[in-house]
This record gives sequence, structure tokens and C-alpha cells, in this order.
Amino acid sequence: MTTTVHSTTDEQIPVLTRKDFVSDQEVRWCPGCGDYSILAQMQKMLPELRIPKEKLVFISGIGCSSRFPYYVETYGFHSIHGRALTIATGLKTARPDLTVFVITGDGDGLSIGGNHLLHAMRRNIDLNVILFNNRIYGLTKGQFSPTSEFGKITKSSPYGTTEQPLNPIRVALAAGATYVARSVDRDTHHLEETLYRATQHKGTSFVEVYQNCNIFNDGAFAAFADKEVRQERMTYLEDGKPVRFGKDLEHGIRLDGWRPEVVKNAADDAGILIHDVHSEDTTLANILLGLDYPAFPVPIGVFRDVQRPTYDELVQRQVDEARAKGEGNLADLIKGEEPWEVS
Amino acid sequence: MTIDSPAHPQHTVEELDRVTIRFAGDSGDGMQLTGTQFTKTTAVFGNDLATLPDYPAEIRAPTGSLPGVSGFQVSFASTDIRTPGDQPDALVAMNPAALKTNLGDLRKGGLLIVDEDEFNPANLKKAAYAVNPLDDGSLSGYQVVRIKVTRQNELALEGLLLSAQQKFQSRNFYALGLVLWLYGRPLDTTIKWATEKFRRNPDVLEANLRALKAGHAFGETTELFRVRFEVPPAPVKPGLYRHISGNEATALGCLAASVLSGLPLFYGSYPITPASDILHELAKFKNFGVKTFQAEDEISAIGSAIGAAYGGHLALTGTSGPGLALKSEALNLAVMTELPLVVIDVQRAGPSTGMPTKTEQSDLLQAMFGRNGDSPVAIVAPSTPSDCFFMAIEAFRIALKYMVPVILLSDGYLGNGSEPWRVPDIADLPKIEYHYATNTENFQPYLRDRATLARPWAVPGQPGLEHRIGGIEKSGDTGDISYDPGNHHRMTLARAERVARIVNDIPPLEVQGPSEGDLLVLGWGGTQGAIATAAERARRAGKTVASAHLRYLNPFPGNLGDVLRSYKKVLVPELNTGQLVLLIRARYLVDAVPFDKIAGQPFKIAEIEAKIDEVLGLRGPYTLEFGPASVLAGG
Repeated sequence: MTTTVHSTTDEQIPVLTRKDFVSDQEVRWCPGCGDYSILAQMQKMLPELRIPKEKLVFISGIGCSSRFPYYVETYGFHSIHGRALTIATGLKTARPDLTVFVITGDGDGLSIGGNHLLHAMRRNIDLNVILFNNRIYGLTKGQFSPTSEFGKITKSSPYGTTEQPLNPIRVALAAGATYVARSVDRDTHHLEETLYRATQHKGTSFVEVYQNCNIFNDGAFAAFADKEVRQERMTYLEDGKPVRFGKDLEHGIRLDGWRPEVVKNAADDAGILIHDVHSEDTTLANILLGLDYPAFPVPIGVFRDVQRPTYDELVQRQVDEARAKGEGNLADLIKGEEPWEVS
Repeated sequence: MTIDSPAHPQHTVEELDRVTIRFAGDSGDGMQLTGTQFTKTTAVFGNDLATLPDYPAEIRAPTGSLPGVSGFQVSFASTDIRTPGDQPDALVAMNPAALKTNLGDLRKGGLLIVDEDEFNPANLKKAAYAVNPLDDGSLSGYQVVRIKVTRQNELALEGLLLSAQQKFQSRNFYALGLVLWLYGRPLDTTIKWATEKFRRNPDVLEANLRALKAGHAFGETTELFRVRFEVPPAPVKPGLYRHISGNEATALGCLAASVLSGLPLFYGSYPITPASDILHELAKFKNFGVKTFQAEDEISAIGSAIGAAYGGHLALTGTSGPGLALKSEALNLAVMTELPLVVIDVQRAGPSTGMPTKTEQSDLLQAMFGRNGDSPVAIVAPSTPSDCFFMAIEAFRIALKYMVPVILLSDGYLGNGSEPWRVPDIADLPKIEYHYATNTENFQPYLRDRATLARPWAVPGQPGLEHRIGGIEKSGDTGDISYDPGNHHRMTLARAERVARIVNDIPPLEVQGPSEGDLLVLGWGGTQGAIATAAERARRAGKTVASAHLRYLNPFPGNLGDVLRSYKKVLVPELNTGQLVLLIRARYLVDAVPFDKIAGQPFKIAEIEAKIDEVLGLRGPYTLEFGPASVLAGG
């Protein structure tokens, strides 16, 4: 994985650096929080967009992750719990010229704001949704979240939770998201590249980032995401490539019927699943998203990347076409269809 | 006397200055259409008029059942009128259920036209009539005209290639034709409308036109009517007129605000009765650059509008009471971020789901206080259907100038009610100004205008003004998050003072009648017609009674206190349990008297007249006809 330098031909736009996207606000996440890494990769990535910073907007809800906009030197809106997507939807529909990021978390985006997430993805509005998944409520100090594993003991579940978690990738695919990816806070190169690719997709880009909460859920992803083990325990999905993992990519995943299985030391790619992000059919993506540690390596990367007209562009097109046929005239319109004259 | 051919019976023509008719039938009988067409014809004829549709919440309740009855009342006159009438003078009942649910409102001695074909055992049973009311003498207090509408209509449609059911559905045109004849109205408006409406369906068009003409001809030839009525045109100001409902006027007012300001309009809304028509209307106006967003829920609807406001658009969301409750947290975000936003609440009977198709004025305190924290918003309320147009423009003018959310309190009576409207000249409408911040020198997001206390509207896309806003309290100086006690104290006061200063920008309260005297009747919203008429009648009877109607509810007009103190007594009729009167008493320490009606129905003029007399000491205590001695069911 290397970070590419993405070029653009537009010479008008000043070259910005990471520093241009660092605001004057003191960052107030707990020392050691995974959010720092996501912020750093975002600030490194933004200059590569070659978009003037006044055209960038970060909108968030409530939660630790939702403090994010304060730290990025662009336009920013720290809204209310779960509703960032609704504000982003209105903004992008009204102003398709802006590049809009939505910063949310597993509680904000999947619990209180779950409905909005489904509908944004269904509409395919051109937003970049970054969901920080730490599988815990951090800002309210340690209750289980909709992605907490079954039976998890937390302050609000001293006997263990009695509910099943959501898999955010599955939710996104079910809602018809056109771009679905996952990355990990600690894998900085992969994270930066994933964020960049999300911005290049037209339509709703949904990126789940496994993010460590070192206070209330420390090590939630360590077993597979730590540097020492990640090549053995994660598989980096790449379009058109076999689904492989291991230090030398020596192992692979194949299907036994509809059931995936690990092939240890698969010498060749015969029978190994070949990833296809552009498939309209989501069967393969649905099989891959079910892979989980310890039985399988955890897949990260892009699950799906397909093109569909975006909501904002369709709305704009209707307006443009209506105006092309004849600009509205208020004086005519308010007369109504059947006016009458009194003399 | 009309000059008729000898074959036709002679009808005496009686001239009236005002008539109120109610059409009632099954919700599948097309009574709304019948009423609307009669209204249009009457408007073109030149009468002043007002309408009141009354339809069930069920789209199609079981045919012939009591809950399935749909009604439409229209009052028209040769004089200026302001309400759809207290009591119908004539009732058209298309089936027994319609008779049962509406007869109580018909004036004693009034005209009752029934389709006697529909008074069959099955329909009588559905309407819970043990015996046929047409035969048991129970209708002896009315002028009953029994017509075999169904059968006559069938005969008129003989030979058309339509099913029996399709033919049955033309009955309303038969009834319409008959009533148009009865009140001396021409058929051409309806013929023109139907020809356009059913142009793709020539068989149905033919059926409806035949039914219409047959109904008209029946009136002409029958001897059932001793008289026909004429209501001469009203003396109205010359000009171009149209018919308009409150919801149409609201939508057009919002569109006008867009044209007047030059800002594109964004409407985020979730379907809800009785506000959905505003969404339907605005969705048509794409050639004005209007973008409508049918959201997944009420919260998303207001959230999207906040996003559009943040993006520099003219931002609007609309709903009814339960939806306003859902929007309240997001509305507070607009309060905190000080963004210009208009929220329409077409009020309906509450609480909870309440009675969605019935009117009420019970969201005033919700609009005023229904949010956490000290959270002032501006509130305006139109007083007639056409006033919705002007108050929508006002709402946006205030929102943009003061960078503040404004709630427009309409109601089901205004929204669905309609009246003739003299179409205004666009040049006479107020200019709406806005300012995007552009100056990057010393820009701070909460640095306020000294006069209005509005913060700058710094819209994404403007270089050098990148900043962050949000629901957390911000420093008034830097715009950074602030938990400083003095800052929160000052910011809270500034948010309130900003709304209070709108008082300098709104007209004083106008009083109709004497500027001082025994009694002021004070109202707000859709009750204006009934209140003003009742006060006027009181004055004609020699009483010193004035009336005034508040269109600005937060802030109140600056002269309200002086007006209140100019009368010995103040009466406040409201379709709630006394919400305005609570504010008036608290704010001005005036011992105002409440008069509350919570029936899902507007005030009748006579009810307010009676209450006026009670307050003036001219009669004993007055209670509404259904006002129970006990609040327990059955009294």
C-alpha cells in the first residue's frame, strides 16, 4: 500500500498543504485516541483533492468523533445527535458545488441517526460519510453501542449485553450504498488512501473506520489490527485481485457452496475468490463482509464501488430542465388558473 | 318572477344577501369536488364567499358509513363576509349517513335536499337509522326535497358505455347541476373545467356533463321547489380576482419571498395532514429554481432545511403539530446557530395524533416555548386564507433580516379554507433583503449587527470565512466553544433581545371599532372572521365593542399593551384552552377573559356574540352548546 500523489490539471487552485487544514482549536480527544490518526490522515489527504478549502464542509452529529469539524480549517457544522446527514443532505441538495463530509460514529450514525443513514445511501446523495466505529459510547462514558459484540460487559450492561450488533458494511450494502469501504485508524496509509478514494466517488461514499477508544473499549481491534499481526489477520480487498492474506499473501479465501473457507498456503489462485468492487450484484460483497476474526481474516478496503446518478444531480437536473423550458413568472403564476376580472 | 316557457313551472325568485350551503355525502361521492366547483362558479359570479371543507381522516371509510361522511360548506353573499357561515341554510345529503352527521347543523326550517334512492335498508342500517327518517316525520322542521338522484342520473346516462359504478359516480354532477340552478348560477365554469379535467376520458366527461345538465334541467322542470334564490354580486374592489386556499397562498407566499429576495427556495418536508398541500404546490415550481425534498421523517425535513439555510438558500420546512414536536430539537439548533429558517405549522386538533383533519389553535405555546433551554423564535400567524400569502413573505423577511427561525402558525381551517383573493401587484410587495458576509477582516461568526443583533451569514464557498458553528454554546467574541458563565448569560440575553427588537420592524396592532370602550375582543390566527363579524354586530346593536387580531405573536406589536388598557374588559376567544390569554395576562397584567372552544371546528359568529353579551353583563353565563356540565362522558 502506497499513497499516490494525485494530480490535477487545474492550475488555478493554490497548492495547499496539511497545515492549511489544521484549525487553531486545541484538540480535546483523550491522549491515545484513534480519532487523532483519522484527523491526521484526513488533513494529509485534503490537499490532494485540489479543492479550495472554502468549498469543503465538514458536518458532524454528537459524540467524540463529532468534534472533528472544529479541528479542520474548512467550513464546519457540529450539529445535533444523529442528524448530521439530514443537514448535509439539505446543504448538498441546495449547493451541489460543495464537497461535503459527514463525520459520525457508531452511536450517532447507527443508533439515533440510523434512519437518516439508510435514506442518504438509498438516495445516493454525493456525500462522504466517515463512520468512526469504536463499538462503544465514549462521550457518555462507556455504554454499549449498536456495534458492541453480543454479551459485552459495559457500565449499562453489567451482566453483558443481550442484543446482537449491527455490521455497518452490511447495513450500507442493504441500503443500496454505491461506495462502501472499511479501514482502520492504525493503518495510516490504508486509511488515507481509503479516504481519498471515497472523495473520488460520486454518490454516497460510506467508510467505516475501526477506531480504538483507549479509555472505554481499549484494544477492540488490536487482535487483528495491530501492526505485528495485521497481515496475518486482515485481508486487504483490492479490485480484480484474489482475496488473500498472510505475510506473503500465501493464504486465500474460497467458497464451499456459499460458505467461505480459508485455504492455507494456496499455491495458485485456482478457486480463490476474485474481488470485484464494480459488480452491481452484492452477493460477493455480502460474503466478504461476513468474514471476521478469529475464524477468518477481517476484510478491509473497498467492498463496493458502482456508479449511479446522484440525488443532488438529479434534483438539479429537474430544476435546470424546467428552467430551460421557460423561467417561472410570479406575476403570471399568482393569477391562478381561473382568474376573473371585477370592474 | 322568471320568464319560463309555459311547459316549465313558475318559480318565485327570492333575493337573499347571504346563503350557506353544505354538500355532504360518502367520501367516495365527490363532495369536495362538488363544493369546489360550486364555489368557483360563485366566485366568478361575483359573490364574496368563504369555504370550509370537512373531510374524514380515512381515505375511504366503508361506503355509506358514518365515519366516511365528507362535507364541504360554502357561504356566499352580496356583502363582504369573513366566515363560511355558522349554520347551513341548505344541506345536500347524498345518503343517510350524511344526513345523520350533518342535520344537527342545518338551520331550523332550512332546505334539505336528499337523494331518496340512497335511503335503502342497507344504507339506513349503516347510518344506524332504525326507521327511514324521510318517513317518520322527524324532518318536519325542515323543507325536505326528496329527489331520486341516483335513478334520474342513471336515466340521463342511458346508452353510455360505462359500468353501473361509473355512472353512479356522476351523481355529484347531477346534484351540482341542481344546486347551480337553485341559486341561479350558470353551468359554463363547470363545463369548462370538466372538459379540461376529463379530456383524456371522453366517456366520463360525457357522463359528467350529461349529469350536470340533467340536474340543472330537473330543477327547471320540477315542481318540488317553490322558489329559487338569487344572491346578487357583492360590491368588491375592482381588479383581477382568483380563488385561493390558505395552503396555496402559503406556498405562493414562500415562492414570492424567493423571487423578492433573489434567493432560491428549499423546502424540506415530510407528508402530514393538513400541511401536505404546501409540499405538493412547491414541488411544481422547479422553473423558479425551487428544490423540494421529501424527507424520511420530520427531523430530516427540518435538518435539510437547516443545511440549506447554512448553504445560503431561502430555507423552509413545514408540518403540523406532531411534526413540530419532532422538529423541536433541530429547531433549537437553528436558534443556537442563528440561521434564517421558516417553519410552517398548519395546526390541527391535538394532542398526539388528535384529529388530523380538524382545526385547532393549540400549538401557540408549543411554538413559543416547546424547546429545551431559553429558546426564543419569532412567530407570525395569518388571519385569513389569503393572508397566508403575505405572512409567509413576512416570515422570510424577518428570518433573513434578524438571522432567526420564524414559525408561521397556520391552521387546518385556514389551510383548507378558501376565499376570493384580489391578486396583488408584484411591485407592491415588500423587498426582501439579505446579506452574505464577504469581509474577511476581523470576521467572527457571532459578531452582531448593532441594530438588529443579527450575526453575519457566512456561507460556504466564501474564501477566508471558514468557520465552525454548532449546537454547543459559542463565545460571542471568537465563535469558539465556550462554557464561560458570563458568555452564556450574555448570549442567552442576546438571542432573546434579537427577537424582541423585531418589534421595531412590524406594524402596530390595528383596532376595528372604537379606540376605547367597554370591551376589546382580541384574537389571533384563523378566528378573525368570526371575531370581527361578532364585534361588528355588537357595535351595530349599540355596544362599544372593538376587535383586534394579532398576526405577530412573538414579538407582539409594540402598542398591544396600550390597546389592552384602553378597554374595560378584554375577551380572548381561542380554539384551545387559553394559550394567548395566558401570555397576555402574564405579559401585560391585564385581567383578560378566556373563551375556549376545543371541538375541531371554528367558532360560530353567534357563539362569540353570546360571549360578548355575557362579558358585558347583558346576559347570564354562556356555555357552548356542547359545553358539558361535567367533563365526564355523557355529562
